[in-house]
Amino acid sequence: MQEFLQQVVSGLATGGIFASLALALVLIYNAMGLVNFAQGEMAMFATFIALVLIDHGLSYWIALPLTLVIAFAGGVVIQRVVIRPVERAPVLTLVIVTLGLATLVNGMAGFLFGYVPRSFPTPFSASTVNILGALASYQDLGVIAVSGVVLVLIYLLLQRTTLGLALRAASHHPDASRLLGIRVSWMLALGWGLASAVGAVSGMLAAPILLLQPNMMQTVIIYAFAAAVLGGIESPLGAVVGGLIVGVTVNLAGAYVPGVGGDLQLAVAFAIIIAVLIVKPNGLFGTASLRRV
Amino acid sequence: MRRLQQSPARYALLVVALILFVGLPTVVTSFQSAEWTQVLIFAVAIMGLNILVGYSGQISLGHGAFMALGAYTTAILVHRYNVDYLATIPIAGLLTGIVGFFLGIPALRLSALYLALATFALAVITPSLIKRPEQLTGGVRGIEILPPQPPDFANSAFTAVTGGPAMTSDQWLYYVCLVIALVLFWLAWNLVRRRPGRALRAIRDGEVAAAAFGVNIAGYKTLAFGISAFYAGIAGSLYGLTIGFVSPDTFPVALSIQILVGAVIGGLASVPGPVLGGIVTFWLPIVSNQFVGSQDWIPAQVASVFKNAGPAVSYGALLILIMIFAPRGLFGLIVSAYTWLQRRVRGAAERGTGHAPPDPQTV
Repeated sequence: MQEFLQQVVSGLATGGIFASLALALVLIYNAMGLVNFAQGEMAMFATFIALVLIDHGLSYWIALPLTLVIAFAGGVVIQRVVIRPVERAPVLTLVIVTLGLATLVNGMAGFLFGYVPRSFPTPFSASTVNILGALASYQDLGVIAVSGVVLVLIYLLLQRTTLGLALRAASHHPDASRLLGIRVSWMLALGWGLASAVGAVSGMLAAPILLLQPNMMQTVIIYAFAAAVLGGIESPLGAVVGGLIVGVTVNLAGAYVPGVGGDLQLAVAFAIIIAVLIVKPNGLFGTASLRRV
Repeated sequence: MRRLQQSPARYALLVVALILFVGLPTVVTSFQSAEWTQVLIFAVAIMGLNILVGYSGQISLGHGAFMALGAYTTAILVHRYNVDYLATIPIAGLLTGIVGFFLGIPALRLSALYLALATFALAVITPSLIKRPEQLTGGVRGIEILPPQPPDFANSAFTAVTGGPAMTSDQWLYYVCLVIALVLFWLAWNLVRRRPGRALRAIRDGEVAAAAFGVNIAGYKTLAFGISAFYAGIAGSLYGLTIGFVSPDTFPVALSIQILVGAVIGGLASVPGPVLGGIVTFWLPIVSNQFVGSQDWIPAQVASVFKNAGPAVSYGALLILIMIFAPRGLFGLIVSAYTWLQRRVRGAAERGTGHAPPDPQTV
């Protein structure tokens, strides 16, 4: 029982990482109906920037907000330069462009920072605390707390501010919003910036565990896809809940299901994606979309 | 002769291309023909993806997985059951095609975005899936396939033409791939310009309208998946034979991306596009690396970007640039350049005779 709880807690911690990346995916999906295949690579690149800042002697708590600002700016620039010319193109084009972006960012990171895995500092201590008989490290609790905070901040921004209202309006009714004076295209850019910053958080949470290298997020993005699909791809809350569920499920499957082990955990995420898409395509928190033909 | 003179320029081009491809191994080294074999294999895989993405409008980011299935089918049959390698190629294609057909059924329920997601995930997990049944696939060590020896008739014909040394297995495999590629491209050409091709394009451009015209949507979409997987399976089988070795790392996500890049660069929804795509995806990283490295005027820092970043940066940048500036790919560019030139030439000729050029909209 104690071991089971242990697995659940560490599953929640990895789930927190998946959740914040899934949240970034949801933000871009909400802005323009697109799954950003480059989200993981952008997060990885931002984490490298954080590492460079920390290597230059900045403390973690200064490097973190600075990285988020840089990631935000990077997201806006990417939207303006790469995405905007194909904004109205069919989904296929957009998917291919984000894949190209992923490949490009991955290659650039490999060139600039090399492929040798690097350790990344964490602000949380590795010492453990006893919760209901399970040993949870401050590292795990910190990851869970950070993803919770990010979710609350995003929720407040989207639901309680005028900017959030404009963001939501621009994505749901672009034409009507334009008539009301909202600069829709810039709202999309802001959406990309926000997603990029949220993704950077997940990268910085993942790096101490996975070790930072250009392919670090390649598996995390699959888990994040699973999380976003499970939670309902347009729901921020769903992304976080989905992330935690995926984290726990994958961890438990790795520990208890015979034949899964460490190397097939990714296949579990794949199975979750397929199962959700076939059984409940709108996910746990999504709403069925009606399409007029 | 008269008919020959009046045939469109594309037939002449086709004949020239054929002669080039057939004659190639007689003039280049055995190693170089092995490289061009891979170009042909990529072209076949890209043609398969093109049928799916370009004509039926469904997306797959997981065609590397189909290639892996084809390659492992051949490897296992040849290595463990001593089946003749030529016989394994259609078996690999059919098996992969059947698997693709059945994967196409759940794909029917998915929108383009979800399909992209699911197939991308499939591409990512393929290497770890291959590693698992170690008895069958040899795990991480993979399976070695001995290079096939050219048969006597090919050998004697080859030495008669070149007057040089005997045919190597690389050169033989080149011709095997060339014949298979020609057959598959001929089939694809027939497929896309007849009823199934029209049905697929109708589905791609408007599913509801196509259904209203009586097109069997589910049937054609799964059929496209099956055919596409069949091509990928054949390509995978040939890939395994050419490299002489299959292992989980032979089929990374990058392979799936590379096939997609080829389809997009060559030109979606065109038959010559995949050939161009195959040539570009194979040679681009190699040529850009050698060219940039050998040029003195390029600053050392810029050159080292190419060396260290590998093909990823140029692939990524090309994908984005092509999608933004030339969504119809290289073939689209060539066609529009040709029609522009033709219009200029014809316009000039008809200005000379005093007749107004015919309005293209009424002809």
